[in-house]
Amino acid sequence: MKAKVIVMPKQSILDPQGVAVRDAMRHHGLPGVKSARVGKVIELELDGTTEAQLHEIARDMLSNPVVEDYTIQIQS
Amino acid sequence: MKAAIIRFPGSNCDQDCELVLREQGFQPEYVWHKDASAAGYDLIVLPGGFSYGDYLRCGAIARFSPVMKSVVEQAAKGVLVLGICTGFQILCESGLLPGALVRNRDLRFICEHVRLRVENNANPFLSAASVGSVLNIPIAHGEGNYVCDAATLAQLKAENRILVRYCDKNGNVTPEVNPNGTTENIAGICNAARNVFGLMPHPERACDPLLGSNDGRLIFQSILAALNKAKAA
Repeated sequence: MKAKVIVMPKQSILDPQGVAVRDAMRHHGLPGVKSARVGKVIELELDGTTEAQLHEIARDMLSNPVVEDYTIQIQS
Repeated sequence: MKAAIIRFPGSNCDQDCELVLREQGFQPEYVWHKDASAAGYDLIVLPGGFSYGDYLRCGAIARFSPVMKSVVEQAAKGVLVLGICTGFQILCESGLLPGALVRNRDLRFICEHVRLRVENNANPFLSAASVGSVLNIPIAHGEGNYVCDAATLAQLKAENRILVRYCDKNGNVTPEVNPNGTTENIAGICNAARNVFGLMPHPERACDPLLGSNDGRLIFQSILAALNKAKAA
């Protein structure tokens, strides 16, 4: 199985990286950029792992539920 | 008193902690992150550094190291645990302390002396300091911005668990002296049982006048006094 885990800062958490990227894009001639948020993507190749296990590890290790949300995309 | 200093790959304040603990009368020993046990100590120190290179998130991988399971068990038994900088981040990741530490507001790594206001001294970590006193202790971090949800913050305040806040030289806690955007100038908190303390500033770097401050000693002296008192009782 191939899967992508996408980890994003929660909407309620200030994302200073996102703000810096947004401001840089505005200065680069794109004043219409309303917001940018920076997260991370973890690509996984898995053998013998269930989706439930994947959710568990995404919640407990790959993301920190205090400040981040995750989504999982199963690719094959 | 026996003190364990947990060493992770990337710990870099372990030797400073050892020196200071020894000077203050502790018997410090190093415990490797792959060791299964951190039992048999009066104090467990998680020193500063960049555990596992800060990969994934600061403290995220250290939390899953073999020794941390034992640290959590020891904390539940009432053993004193002090987490400094990355140590604080690991304590949050492992659930021993609530909340999380995220990137500094201005994205910069900050290395400078700051002032800390002692908010509560009814705990084993700050009993030698008086409430409202101002400590001069350095910070050195890129992710020291403490965040938690509103319910957690209310609980921390109601239970007097915010032990130190960033302040000015006169002890005023204002947004202007907040170095990293941390919630309500929080620099360090403890657990409900008051035996686990995490803080971003480095008290071990402020234990010699040659280094600009002696104030960090108060924390180690408080811990020693609390342990001596507990043994005598």
